Amino acid sequence: MGEKLLMKGNEVIAEAALRAGCKHYFGYPITPQTEIAHYMAKKMPEVDGVFVQAESEVAAINMVYGAAAAGARVLTSSSSPGISLKQEGISYIAGAELPCVIVNIVRCGPGLGGILPAQCDYFQAVKGGGHGDYKMVVLAPSSVQELYELTVDAFNIADKYRIVTMIMGDGILGQMMEAVEFRNQEEIIPADKSWATTGTEMKRDNNMVTSIYINPEMLEKHNQKLQAKYKQIEENETRVEVYNCENPDIIITAFGTVARIVKNVIKTAEKEGIKIGLIRPISLWPFPTQEFEKYAEVPKAFLSVELNAGQMVEDVKLAVNGKRPVHFYGRMGGMIPSQQEILDKVKEILK
Amino acid sequence: MFEKRLSIFTGHFGSGKTEVAVNYALKMSAAGNKTAIVDFDIVNPYFRTADAKETLEKQGIWVITPMYANTNVDVPALPPEIYSLFQKKEYKAVLDVGGDDLGARAVARFREEIQQDDYEMFFVVNVKRPMTDTLEKIEEMIYSIESSAGMKVTKLVNNTNLLQYTSFEDIVEGQEKIFEISNKLGVPMGFTTCMGIDCHTLKEKVGNEVLTLDKLIKLPWDRE
Repeated sequence: MGEKLLMKGNEVIAEAALRAGCKHYFGYPITPQTEIAHYMAKKMPEVDGVFVQAESEVAAINMVYGAAAAGARVLTSSSSPGISLKQEGISYIAGAELPCVIVNIVRCGPGLGGILPAQCDYFQAVKGGGHGDYKMVVLAPSSVQELYELTVDAFNIADKYRIVTMIMGDGILGQMMEAVEFRNQEEIIPADKSWATTGTEMKRDNNMVTSIYINPEMLEKHNQKLQAKYKQIEENETRVEVYNCENPDIIITAFGTVARIVKNVIKTAEKEGIKIGLIRPISLWPFPTQEFEKYAEVPKAFLSVELNAGQMVEDVKLAVNGKRPVHFYGRMGGMIPSQQEILDKVKEILK
Repeated sequence: MFEKRLSIFTGHFGSGKTEVAVNYALKMSAAGNKTAIVDFDIVNPYFRTADAKETLEKQGIWVITPMYANTNVDVPALPPEIYSLFQKKEYKAVLDVGGDDLGARAVARFREEIQQDDYEMFFVVNVKRPMTDTLEKIEEMIYSIESSAGMKVTKLVNNTNLLQYTSFEDIVEGQEKIFEISNKLGVPMGFTTCMGIDCHTLKEKVGNEVLTLDKLIKLPWDRE
């Protein structure tokens, strides 16, 4: 590892993308993620890359489609309302099986909502968002260091499976400063991009990148191919952190920055004789169902803590499959649960 | 350290201006000065002076924050109270300015009032920030902020840190770089900040004043 630097989450995303060989960024500013665009605007000319502040999020995501179709490593970033605008493009990219990385530094909704942190785009990210039977890999880091490492991984995953990979963080993660240690060199896994539309030079047949299939049999076949790919990703790319889960009274499940609050709750609770475990999904899709199955009968109950009205809790319930009660505690509107609130909820459940 | 009536804190975003400004105001107030602090940040949406409002007000410090600080909108509007700051000369005021040239633009609006007053314009540097880790980059940042604010930096502040990972050597490394800038530009050193290490030894080593910092702008998991 190299030297330690002090960086803002958003800056680290941009730096990680550059290190992963991304030379194309298209975006439109929105709080709380605009520093990604700032950083790219400054750095892209230095690496002979392309930075475009598009006229809208819709334009940006279609520029991503174009760059990805030409075989480039490409990034766009936005925050909740901007990600909503991109949904049509995301569905088209998924349909065309193009690799790209999309960052969502989530703010609170619905609608224009507000600029403060939230996790209210879980459903949008893991259940679709756009139309059609498609999936994105969704990675949810909880520290600036992890933000760096997962952003690099996101490009490799995107290329390997020709899939959209999303980095989903909340506004805290994008805005906070933390020490980060970069590797001297990133592992850029080479991927076959012989499908890219780079010009035939009259030496091969045309490559076609599209999401339209006029023949229904062909479209069904295409969908089946996508589903097979998603199954393979479920088997290979699930990521989870299991913490303090040997004989806990209760297992809390939380992703992103909320998991960090929970880790401090665990310390406080231990002093009061309450043992809390934590299962932190790092990949929100594919969801770490197997870990929940493994621990389903270990605690007395599960508690999902989220910055939303209860979105991941549905996946937790499906995975625990009725073996234990699954409770929920959440805050919305940019409010963050305190350690005390979470501990009180744990005590109420265990009473 | 607290001689001037106005202490303006500028710097690269993420250089730690707010943490420094808030601590500076608390120490200035504790030294018996009637103190005000203004959140001049029109850039940063989170982690601002307003976060420490309660602590500051408890100590009798007059806190002026933008109307929409820490709310759910991103409106860079400065509060009208700022005008009275230039009349109430009995106060010593700390101005926490937003990052980079963009943030410094907000003080340019008050350039005339400031220049008629007794002021210090600090430039806060953390050499562990990638955009200010070399002499060239620091110099460029100083020039862009000066041209945007329309005022010259008068003192340099070494706020080199890696938060909880800061070592004595990190701060000294920062001091050496900033000292070189100080010599080159003829801008004197103001002070060096110190958190979580032996501040007495640091003071002997760096040979200028040291401001001991308490962590006042906290992350959600550091709150109870």
